[in-house]
Amino acid sequence: MTKTSFLKRDEAVGFAILALIIFIVFPLMLDDFRLNLFGKYLTYAFVAVGLVLCWGAGGILSLGQGVFFGLGGYCMAMFLKLEASTPEATAIQSTPGIPDFMDWNQISALPIWWQPFNSFGFTVLAILAVPALFSLIIGFAMFRRRVGGVYFAIITQAIAAIATILIVGQQGYTGGVNGITDLRTLMGWDIRPDSAKTALYFVNAVLLFACLFIAMAIRKSKFGRVLVAMRDAEDRVRFSGYDVASFKIFIFCVGAMMASVGGAMFTLQVGFMSPTIVGIVPSIEMVIFCAVGGRHSLLGAVYGALLVNWARTTLSESFPELWLFGLGGLFIAVVLAFPNGLAGLYDDYVKPRLKLSRRNHAAKPSNPQLAE
Amino acid sequence: MVQDNPNFILSVEDLTVSFDGFKAVNGLSFYIEPNECRVIIGPNGAGKTTVLDLICGRTRATEGSINFKGHELTRMREDQIVHAGVGRKFQTPSVYEDLSVYENLEISYPRGHSVFGALTFKRDADVNRRIREIAETIFLSDMLDERAGILSHGQKQWLEIGMLLIQDPELMMLDEPVAGMSVAERKKTAELLNRIIKDRAVIVIEHDMGFVADIATRVTVMHQGKRLSEGSMAHVQADPSVVEVYLGH
Repeated sequence: MTKTSFLKRDEAVGFAILALIIFIVFPLMLDDFRLNLFGKYLTYAFVAVGLVLCWGAGGILSLGQGVFFGLGGYCMAMFLKLEASTPEATAIQSTPGIPDFMDWNQISALPIWWQPFNSFGFTVLAILAVPALFSLIIGFAMFRRRVGGVYFAIITQAIAAIATILIVGQQGYTGGVNGITDLRTLMGWDIRPDSAKTALYFVNAVLLFACLFIAMAIRKSKFGRVLVAMRDAEDRVRFSGYDVASFKIFIFCVGAMMASVGGAMFTLQVGFMSPTIVGIVPSIEMVIFCAVGGRHSLLGAVYGALLVNWARTTLSESFPELWLFGLGGLFIAVVLAFPNGLAGLYDDYVKPRLKLSRRNHAAKPSNPQLAE
Repeated sequence: MVQDNPNFILSVEDLTVSFDGFKAVNGLSFYIEPNECRVIIGPNGAGKTTVLDLICGRTRATEGSINFKGHELTRMREDQIVHAGVGRKFQTPSVYEDLSVYENLEISYPRGHSVFGALTFKRDADVNRRIREIAETIFLSDMLDERAGILSHGQKQWLEIGMLLIQDPELMMLDEPVAGMSVAERKKTAELLNRIIKDRAVIVIEHDMGFVADIATRVTVMHQGKRLSEGSMAHVQADPSVVEVYLGH
C-alpha cells in the first residue's frame, strides 16, 4: 500500500461538484426565499453527515438525533431571545428585560441557567459542549453496558420523546409548545432581512463543508477502519486490544455535535426553535434523509437531506395531506429497493459506466479495436 | 497447590463458572510454563472453549483465580487483558470482511489502540515492514490488498493467526485452528503453528489427535468441566479414564 493523498480523485471531484452546487448553482438559480429554504434543508445535512459516521460507519443507529439538533438550536435561540428582550423592547411586560414567554408564565426573574447565554462566546461553546456532554452520558450508560442495535435505537427514541415532553411541559423556561420565537438580531446584526439570510446561507455552507472534512478525516484514519471492523466482528476488535465502548461513545459524541451545529444554524436561518423539531418524528425523518442519500456516503447524506426536504416542500405545497404517505413510501422503497441509497445507486450503475467510457476514451487513439 | 510460582506464566486455580446453576467449568486448576504448548482436549461440552473465554475475559468467573504474570485476569477488562499479553483466536474464523488483509493486520498492530491513538495513527515504515513480515509468515503476501471477505476458509484462519502474531502475545490461545481445513491447508497450518509456538506459551483446543501429537508439550483432558487427566500425549493416551470417556469412542 503506497502513500495516498487525503482525497482520492473521485472523492475530490465529488466534493468539488457538491461545492459548485451549494456555493454557486443554488445562489444563482434560486430567489432569496428559496435559497433560505435550501439553507434550512442544509442544516439537516449536518445531522445526516453525523449519522453516516454513527450509523453507516459504526453501526450505531440513533433515532434521537433531533434531541441534539434541538440542543444546538435552543442554545442559539436562548442567546438570540435574550438579545431581543432588552428592557426597552419589553417595557410593556410586568417584568421588563426577560423573554416574553417567561413574563406570560408569571416568572419574574431570569433563571440562573439562562444567564450565561447573554454571552455569545458561551453560547458557541455551549452549542458544542452541551450535546457532547449529553451524548457522553447516554453513550457511557449504553455502550459500557454493551447495549446496542435495536435496543439503543429504542432508547434514543424514548429520549427524544422525553425531551419533547420536558420542553413542552416547562413552558416558563423553554417557551413550551410554541418554542422560542421572535428572534431578531445576532450581536446587533439583524438576521431577518433577505441579505442577512443569504449571508447566513453561506456561513451554513462553509460550516457544513468543515463538518464534511472532519468526517472524512475520521473515516480515513485508523479510527474509521476500526469502526468498520467493529461492525464486522466486534469481539475480534475487543480481543485485539480495543476498548470498543470508548470508540462508540466518541463517534456518537461527534455525530451529536454535528447535529447541534446544524440546529444552531437552523435557528439563525429560520428565526425560531420549537419542540416540533426535537421529537420522535423529526428524529426519524433525519434518519430517512441519511438512508435516502446512502448511509455509507458522506456526500450522499447531503444530497439525501436536500432531496427529501425539497420533495417535502414541493409535495406539501401542492398536496399537503399526501406528504406523510410519500415519506413513508420513500422509506420503504429505500429499504427494499436500494438499501445503500442514492450513493449506492451511483456506485452500482453510474460509476461503472463512467469508468467504462473513460477507459474507452483513453483506449481509442492507440487501440481502436478495444474500444467497442 | 503452588501459588505464584515464578516458573508459571499462567496459573488457573479452582476456576468455576456457573450458568444458571450449570457448572460449565468446575473447580479447574492448571499451570502453564513459558514456551509451553498445552493442548486441551475433551468431548463436546467438556468446557474447553469456556476456559479460553474465562481467561480472555469474555466470560466472568464465578469463583477461582486466573493469574497471568502477576495480573489477576478475572478482574480485568478484555482489552486490558490483551495489553497484558494474552491473545485469542476464535473457533470460527473472525476477520473484518469489509477491510483489506493489510488493514486487518494493521488494526491488530500493537499501537494506537486508544481513541486518539487511532485518530492520529500513521502507517510508518515500521508498521509496513511488520505487516509484510507477518503476511509472509501466514502465506498471504500476495493478498494484502484484497478484501478479507473473499479469502477461503483456511486463509481466513491464517489471517486471524497473523492478527494474533502481530500483537506478539506472550500467551496465545487457539480454538480449533485446523477445523474445517483441507489436508494441504492443515499441513501448512501445522508448520505455521510449529514455527510460532517457539517463542511463547500457547494453549490450543484441538480434536485432531495426529495434530495434537505433533505440537503438544503437555495435554490436559477435560470432562464435564473438570480436569480428567494431564501429562504427555503418551501418558494421557494410556490413562484408562481418558480412554473411557473420550479416546475409546
